[in-house]
Parts: sequence; C-alpha cells; structure tokens
Amino acid sequence: MDWQALILSLQLAGVTLVVLLPLGLWLGRWLAYTRFAGKALVEALVVLPLVLPPTVLGYYLLVSLGGASPLGRWAAETLDLRLTFNFTGLVVASVIFNVPFIVQPVQRAFEAIPRGLTEAAAVSGLGLWQTWRRVEMPLAWPGVLSAVVLTFVHTMGEFGVVLMVGGSIPGETRTIAISIYDRVQAFDLAAADRMALLLLVLSLGAVTMSFFASARLAARR
Amino acid sequence: MPRPPRRRACLQLLASALYAAAPGTLHAQPAPTVAAASDLKFALEEVAGRFERESGHRLRLVFGSSGNFYAQILQGAPFHLYMSADEDFVFRLADAGRTVDRGRLYAHGRIGILVPHGSPLRADGELHDLAAALKDGRLRKFAIANPEHAPYGQRAEEALRHAGLWDAIRPRLVLGENVSQAAQFATSGSAQGGVVALSLARAPSVAALGRFELIPEAWHRPLRQRMVLLPGAPAAVRDFYDYLSTPAAQAIMQRYGFAMPRD
Repeated sequence: MDWQALILSLQLAGVTLVVLLPLGLWLGRWLAYTRFAGKALVEALVVLPLVLPPTVLGYYLLVSLGGASPLGRWAAETLDLRLTFNFTGLVVASVIFNVPFIVQPVQRAFEAIPRGLTEAAAVSGLGLWQTWRRVEMPLAWPGVLSAVVLTFVHTMGEFGVVLMVGGSIPGETRTIAISIYDRVQAFDLAAADRMALLLLVLSLGAVTMSFFASARLAARR
Repeated sequence: MPRPPRRRACLQLLASALYAAAPGTLHAQPAPTVAAASDLKFALEEVAGRFERESGHRLRLVFGSSGNFYAQILQGAPFHLYMSADEDFVFRLADAGRTVDRGRLYAHGRIGILVPHGSPLRADGELHDLAAALKDGRLRKFAIANPEHAPYGQRAEEALRHAGLWDAIRPRLVLGENVSQAAQFATSGSAQGGVVALSLARAPSVAALGRFELIPEAWHRPLRQRMVLLPGAPAAVRDFYDYLSTPAAQAIMQRYGFAMPRD
C-alpha cells in the first residue's frame, strides 16, 4: 500500500474543493438564475472537461502551462511558480477537470428552488445574503453535497490528466490512481489489488453516503 | 428552520474534506528525483537502496520510457538525473542545452524473448519457433515496448525485422508504454510472449512467470545506456551518479544482466 500516494490524493482532492467550491457555488447559482445570449455556450464550456478525452485536456494543459509556454514562463519568472510536473500543476489541472462535477449539481439544485420562495423572502425583507443563507442553501444542500462528494471521488480517481501533467513523482504527483498503474507495471499485483480495493470501497461509500444524505434531506421537506 | 444536527453533519463532512487539504508536510524537503528507463526498475531500486543506506541520502526514483522522460524534460520536468536506455535522447537533450554535460555510459542492455508458462510458444532466442507460430496460428498477441519512444521497443523492432518477421507480426503486436509494461503484457496470460529487457527477466517476480532466452546481440543496434545530470542537481544526486561507477553498484547491475561499459 502506497500511503504517500493516498495522502497526496486526499490533499489534492481537498485543495481542489477549497478552490472550486466557492467558484462552483457562484457559477452554478448564476447559471441557474440568469438567462442571457450565449448561455448555451457557457454551459457547454462547463461540461467540456467531462466529454473531452483526458489526454486532450492533459495535452492542452501541458502545452499551455509548460515551461516553454508564455503562461508557464510568466508564472516561473514573476511568481517563481512552476505549473507542470508538481503539486501546483496538479491542482490547476484538477480544478479545471472538476468544473462540471461541481457546477452541474449546484446548478440543478438552485434551478429546483421555486422562484416564489426567493421572491417571498425578498418581499419579507430578507437581503440577498440572508436569502441565500436561510432559504436557498437549506434547499440546495443535497445538490451541493453531491457536488462535493462527486468532485472529491473524481479527483481521487482521475488518471489520464494527472499522468500527462504529473510525471508520477513520489510525494509530488504520484496519486493513488497513478500508483496503482505503477505497481501493476512493477509486477506488484498484491499492492495494486489493495489500492484498487480501497478506491472501490471509498468511491462506493462516498457516493452511497451522498445519496443517503440527499434522500434524508428530501424526505424532510 | 430547526435542523441543526443534520446541517452540522454536512458541515463536518465538508470540514473533513478540507482538513485533508493542508499540504506542506509532504512537500517540506522533497528528495531529489531520478528519472530512469523502466528496464532499470528492479536493478536500480537495489542499487539506490544500498546507496541510501551507505550515504544517508534519500532519492526518489521514477521509472518510465526514456522517450517520455526526454519529452518531459524538454517541458521542464523537475528531474535531477536522467538515466536513459539509450544515448540518443541524452545527446539530444545536451544539444538543446538542457543538461550539465554529455553524460556518462552506465550499462549495456540486452533484449530477449519472454514466454509465459502455459504459452504454446517456445522460448527460442533465434525466434525460429516465433516464425513457425506466426504461420500456424499459435501466436495471437505478442508484446513489445512502443518503438515510437521506448529504446527497448526500437531494438525489439530491429530484431524482429532482422528475423524477417516484422511485417507478419505487426498486426499481432500489443505495445507497452515502456518495456516494463511490455513485460507485464507478455506475462499477463493474454499474450503468448514478448520481447523484453534481460534486466527485467532476471528479477525474481518476473522470472517466476515464464522462460526467457536472449536474442543475438548482433540483430539490433546496441543498447548503450547513458545517464546525465540535469541543471540544479543537488549533491546527493551527484554522489549517486558517481556511486553508479563503483564496483559495489556495478556488481548489482551485472547480476541483473547488464554489461558494464568499457569506454
């Protein structure tokens, strides 16, 4: 069992959520409430990482963030930050490939809130923040929870993009999914077995938990 | 809205998710990184283990195809020592100004045919039985490393061409991303055999899975394996670079079937 890889994957999933959750809440809610010309294009862009082959995404990230690219050079020179083959690069990649996993459930959750409720809250004198906190969020929780769980589990399991921009460096970019691949190549099937089982149990457990919580929340309404 | 317990449960879930997010502990003092051709997987782990015990330094070993590492180093991958399975990649990096110097030969590699137990193929270094199996249909899948970017794959292709089998065997090839994956494919039970590195076949975990016979060295260009220090390599890696030339390290490499460079 490669504990270092497991811890790294947990860290990556956690950091991704910290960065992505505020953004996802804002963008998902905005898409749920707003109509504008070109909305279909924005929604398509949100879903794009889901339908694009991970190698395509990884390739573009490698080319656009690498040391030879303008962005990569700018980050290296002004921020002293390298964006490929290290943890920072993985976070950038992970945030991008998880956008649909967080925005879509959040958007559906806010769309499901009857407009009459938020209007009633406004009429009752609740401000925007108060409405969000006391009316919208309690109703949107199941969707937000499943967004969080999906993003977390998906980050734990992402392989193609991480392989392309990561380079499988222990403690830096070798996530648990990559470590399984490495163990198989090293003829260490026993370790691959254990890690694959752990990911299976973790994924099944997390998704079951989110369904269970959603059902409980829905039943109380 | 009196539902604090559940909300607290949700917040706790979120908090625990964020809790795992504090990086730092792992990245405090990263050990220097060695990017090594995957034919070195077992041999180099043993050499590095011995080096770490004797010197007290720590190293991170990453294994893959030499061609992939070449591309990654050009993209700015933070490796400190590059151990290629051939010398072309090292010279190309040196010409591009990405290395400290033109490096040092550290071993000569060999290829051979690996046939898993229970395969209808015989392990025959001159590939006569492979040719027969291609004709009579015993051979369904045959594994080699990807010749596009893996030196061991290129040598496998050259040897198969020399034997006059390349065109016939091409539709039956499964390509490993590197020679270690090719060996894994060859012994997985889904292929009848493959061309892999002697150094992998000598490892106990691989040797237990099948029989191995060397392919004549004259059938392919030599695998002149060269390593090179990359800019910014710390002292630990420089020491390891020199350690690889010591008798203790070379004895381990020879046990895995590597011939030592004379020049």
